[in-house]
Amino acid sequence: MNSVSSGTGIPLLVAQIGLTLFVFVALLSSAAGMVYVERKVAALLQQRLGPYLVGPKGLLQPLADVIKLMFKEELRPRAADAFLFALAPIIAATCAFAAFAVVPFGGDTTLFGLLPERLRLQVADVNVAVLVVFAIASMSVYGIVLAGWSSNSKYSLLGGLRSSAQMISYELSYGMALASVLVVANSLSLTDIVNRQANTWLGFLPRWFIFIQPVGFFIYLTAGIAETNRAPFDFPEAEQELVAGYHTEYSSMSFAMFFLAEYVNMVTVSAVATDLYLGGWQGPFLPESLGWIWFLLKVGALLFFYVWMRWTLPRYRYDQLMRFGWKVLLPLSVLNLLATAAGVLYFGSNLGL
Amino acid sequence: MGSEATLFYLFGAVAVLASLLVIGQRNPIYSVLLLIASFGALSGLYVLLDAPFAAVIQIIVYAGAIMVLFLFVVMLLNAPHEDTDYDERTHPLLRPGPMRFGAVLALVLIVELVWALTKGSESGAFAGGSTSSVADIGRSLFTTYAFPFEVTSILILVAMVGAVVLARREEQ
Repeated sequence: MNSVSSGTGIPLLVAQIGLTLFVFVALLSSAAGMVYVERKVAALLQQRLGPYLVGPKGLLQPLADVIKLMFKEELRPRAADAFLFALAPIIAATCAFAAFAVVPFGGDTTLFGLLPERLRLQVADVNVAVLVVFAIASMSVYGIVLAGWSSNSKYSLLGGLRSSAQMISYELSYGMALASVLVVANSLSLTDIVNRQANTWLGFLPRWFIFIQPVGFFIYLTAGIAETNRAPFDFPEAEQELVAGYHTEYSSMSFAMFFLAEYVNMVTVSAVATDLYLGGWQGPFLPESLGWIWFLLKVGALLFFYVWMRWTLPRYRYDQLMRFGWKVLLPLSVLNLLATAAGVLYFGSNLGL
Repeated sequence: MGSEATLFYLFGAVAVLASLLVIGQRNPIYSVLLLIASFGALSGLYVLLDAPFAAVIQIIVYAGAIMVLFLFVVMLLNAPHEDTDYDERTHPLLRPGPMRFGAVLALVLIVELVWALTKGSESGAFAGGSTSSVADIGRSLFTTYAFPFEVTSILILVAMVGAVVLARREEQ
């Protein structure tokens, strides 16, 4: 696995380290930005104003929230398992950030000629990137499950159990949707997958995989929402039933870590969806070195969709969630994979791809 | 020592240590977590062997799926402590049947391990080409190793049927 994309010159190494730091800070601030967007969009959909007091148009509200969280008292139930109680939010936040390391978010660039060689906008170019994203997503369930168990509280435990059952159920469909894209793209590298989606059909329709895999895109998005525990699948923290689910007993910064993990996971799922189905940084009008603008626009649209869903759809019932996952989504994703494989076999790789 | 050797000893040490600690825990939750750590270290060893696919599959299947189920069961059974129904002071041979059976199995495992480690290994090279290429692995799985692959699927089917039989309620 190459961690440095190309070349080993010193400026490039510095650029690579800078890129890593940049991605970290960008993810942190995107989480803060999403908090603001979520509150504003929620207000828009409910005909309210939303935050407007802190800063111009309430823009400093996320900062105020963070400061408030930092100065809160850190509480731990006496009967909690101290070590695991501290470890759980760390696992959640680490997994959230780690997944983005293999996601490419732009074409090669020289930073307007500042670098001697071209640098790829991706922290680590791993040749099994899609599987790495999936692996880290499957590890992130431990943060939630351990938080639920170690709190030694009934609400937390139920939230943790629900979350593990939910994530196992939807991971299967999630994996099947990914596999369908891999069959079409014939590669496990996210960079390759994006490059396969360059150019257009008939001169106007971009060659995005969403047009070949519409069902796959639907499955991916649904399973992605369930994986990130967002409404309408937010059962691990269903407040009417479980107070706050797995993070009931958490306060201050350890609660903030779960909060952060949720938003960073949303960004990662959207970014991967963009790379897999929406052509990544490919788009008209802009040269490839400015492709990251397209990437940001597409990820932004998907994130808006996330928030839109949350404030539009009511939460399902838990048995409905399980029935939908196992009896609708899983068979659908298996059929989609079979149909995709049959199509690729029949038409060969010259599907006009 | 090269950086690769350093990493090998690091991952190897973590894997061995975590595996030993798994059987030394009183709390099954910690046993499960240490087993996950051990799997993670194994996955690191696979990366060093230039087999990223095997490494990622190790994480997805073992650490991500199977261990979540283990954790799930441990949490559902709510068994925070080891089952110590028997008297610690009785002679090992007088303990209940399952424990004696377990001891026999452990002995068999030790004999097998000694045999496997001393007989000297044949060339462990993978016949199907590069281990880093997913396409090569897939191709040899469905040609050279097709028989073991299919037999494994029957094994899993047997386990599934067994689970269904056990979980189904007796109809009156």
